Amino acid sequence: MKKFLKHILVCGASFVLAALPILSAGGSLVIKNGTILTVTKGVIAKGDILVVDGIIKRIGENIAVPPGAKVIDASGKFVIPGIIDSHTHIALAGTNEGPEAITPEADVGEVVNADDTAILTALSGGVTMVHTMHGSANPIGGPNVVLKLKWGKPSEELIVPEALRTLKFALGENVKQSNRTISFGGPPPRYPQTRMGVNAIIRREMFKAKTYMEEWDRYNKLKASKTPPKSLLPPRKDLRMEVLSDLLRGKMVARCHDYQATEALEFMNLAKEFGFKIACFEHAWEAYKIADELVAAKIGISVFADSWAYKMEAAEGIAYMAGYCAKKGVLVSINSDSGERIRRLFNDASKTMKYGGLDENEALSLITINPAIQLGVDKIVGSLEVGKQADIAIFNKHPLSAYTRCDMTIIDGDVYFDRAQYLKDRDEADKKAQAPKTNGDRP
Amino acid sequence: MTKRIFIFAFGAMLAAGFFFGQTKPYKVLAIKSAKIIPVVGDEIDNGTILIRDGKIEAIGKEIDVPADAQVFEAKGLCAYPGMIDSFCFLGLQEISGVQATVDNRETGRINPQVRAIEALRYDSIHIPISRSNGITAALVAPTGGLVAGQSTLIKLDGWTNREMVIKRSAAMQIEFPAIRGGRGGFGGMGRGQAAPSDPAKLIAELKDLFHKARSYQKRKEFAAKNPALPIPGFDETSEFLFPILKGDLPVMISVHSEKDIRSAIQLVKEESLKAIFFGVEQGWKVADDLKKADIPVVLGSLYDLPPVWEDGYDSLYRNAGILNKAGVKIAFSSASASLAKDLPYHAAKAAAFGLDEKEALKAVTIYPAEIFGVDKLMGSLEKGKSANIILADGDILETRTNIKKVYIDGKDCDLSNRYTELLEKFKKRT
Repeated sequence: MKKFLKHILVCGASFVLAALPILSAGGSLVIKNGTILTVTKGVIAKGDILVVDGIIKRIGENIAVPPGAKVIDASGKFVIPGIIDSHTHIALAGTNEGPEAITPEADVGEVVNADDTAILTALSGGVTMVHTMHGSANPIGGPNVVLKLKWGKPSEELIVPEALRTLKFALGENVKQSNRTISFGGPPPRYPQTRMGVNAIIRREMFKAKTYMEEWDRYNKLKASKTPPKSLLPPRKDLRMEVLSDLLRGKMVARCHDYQATEALEFMNLAKEFGFKIACFEHAWEAYKIADELVAAKIGISVFADSWAYKMEAAEGIAYMAGYCAKKGVLVSINSDSGERIRRLFNDASKTMKYGGLDENEALSLITINPAIQLGVDKIVGSLEVGKQADIAIFNKHPLSAYTRCDMTIIDGDVYFDRAQYLKDRDEADKKAQAPKTNGDRP
Repeated sequence: MTKRIFIFAFGAMLAAGFFFGQTKPYKVLAIKSAKIIPVVGDEIDNGTILIRDGKIEAIGKEIDVPADAQVFEAKGLCAYPGMIDSFCFLGLQEISGVQATVDNRETGRINPQVRAIEALRYDSIHIPISRSNGITAALVAPTGGLVAGQSTLIKLDGWTNREMVIKRSAAMQIEFPAIRGGRGGFGGMGRGQAAPSDPAKLIAELKDLFHKARSYQKRKEFAAKNPALPIPGFDETSEFLFPILKGDLPVMISVHSEKDIRSAIQLVKEESLKAIFFGVEQGWKVADDLKKADIPVVLGSLYDLPPVWEDGYDSLYRNAGILNKAGVKIAFSSASASLAKDLPYHAAKAAAFGLDEKEALKAVTIYPAEIFGVDKLMGSLEKGKSANIILADGDILETRTNIKKVYIDGKDCDLSNRYTELLEKFKKRT
């Protein structure tokens, strides 16, 4: 057991160290001589980035190093904005509420798990921010949360307050429990079991929310009047309806898991019927069939590059989709939805150049500025610009090359992943493991 | 009469043109002006490949092109040998979550009698997608249980399953349990525990099966020689396991943890099996033993997390480089059907973490050909080999590279697929 713990400590050290302000040198660092892919302001073939107190202060050539500032040599390397995963479920102590269909009160923001090692996995792939979401077991799931992957910090410090408040919806096979085997004596099937039912149950809840809001509005109006009736009682508070009211009042936006074109179009009709905003469809493997409608309604998509054919409704997902939709004008991001794929989002983004014909900058946008816009944080992250927060990833080769590797990940000007340090730690651990043991080493 | 022959021949040509999609049939094809990366031998700038009867007749810089040859001008393109996926479920799995379309996993634990070739869906939606990314051959394997069945080596072209066969039975698939935990999904790495399996138990079970198969075979042989002896009753398991004991059929052992790998090496030695290992996630810890035992390794998908956190975040990525440096013969696999097209990217990922780039290319071409004993036929661009050729606008391990032509046994393959069909269909939407 001791050996196991030691290994964890050693292997985690290059991540953990980063949480200590060893490399951040008082919040100030300079990245020197890298090829800078700003995403929004073009490419600087060989340039520097000055970070002060976690904010990008200057980007350019030959920036003088302020006294005390740490220097990171990026010669021959590629510097990009920290990667943003628009749809994942990492760093949570729970994602789904299976037995009930409607659970908007179940907020994943209340169960953020800052100790999830998936955070380290993500950091090793240049990811600095995630939209970590309620699962897809419920037609109306619950609120999601946007986190910066500041490993070692308490959960509250990971949450990004500037982000849009988003509410998870889900349609199709998952919510109608299509892939569930019903066992004898097991729980009875949950309503809904069809796409008709899924739409109907969401509509029902929206009607309830509207009624609930009307009741409260009436109460508030009467209460504020000069002569409120003596018998005036406040309506019963309903946590589910409170969340849906926020959606209907425009204080939240919908993020909706869907696969088939029909269910997406019908959800758009629901949004119109009740006046709420859909920020994004998730997975949306048939979005290419309704790209025009998505553009017209200004709805983005957060999708896989090519993970498909794992269930019936994913059977017509084509690798061309992300590129095709992006060219049509849909705001596209590539997501991981996985604690594994999250460390190779840059590989997935590069596939849109082959399938879909995107150029380098368009492809890189799918994992940087586009998800930032979808999450409402494009003013603070998503590209390398003066004034933005210093969330940065450094790659040894062009990040869209299949041969590339993430060498460093920086959040708010602090280094959270450093491959060179990891290799050093590993070598030392190997040496120690090989050294002759003395009795003193015995536990 | 001549007219009838002419009409018949013309009709046949039309039909061939229709079925094979795109080009007129040819007698001799010359691919000219290509940058040739033969994998075995030096690169040739501005070279020519001459194809006749599905084979490479000549390759080089100064090649005389016969007057009747059809010429394909490949200026600006690179010619590579077709890639070989060394473990996948192409043709056995359509929609992985829909049981009705899944044929790679038989029930029960001991199934040496099942053959992948006999369930192979030749018109799987996934095969043309892989082919259009430059993969021209694949080992299609059954999985599950202890003895999963017989894998098959196919070319990714053909109108029936049997037309696709390169080796009907390529290996007997044997599986040690995977290292538990630490796999993809929502969670992170490090939740797994070092393999809790008891390899000794599995080894004992296998040895028992082998012993039975040998004695069954002996009784059969004795009965054949001596009519006074009874012919043993048909024993399916022994019948189909025996070829691996006779050395006619290699075994491909899925084995993952360090401890299991060591046990499997021992088993292979004791039973004198012709073995290939698959998966081998902790192979980097026993690279020298694998080299000493001279067992080639087919790596599992690199789209995975390290089996245990203490292996380090990059252990799956650097595994290939360490094994290769130790002298172990390696090959990559997709271990997939729907993402079998991604084979080259597994190789490139390993190259990002220490594997020599040229070795990475070999590990999807000539090394698998050698591992499966078909290197006289494929795996490189050399005179006399099958014309399995890819023409690409760049390095075939790079994601952004476009594959422009795929020839399998000299046939100019149709590169359209489910992706392109659906894309074209909805591009027409008005």
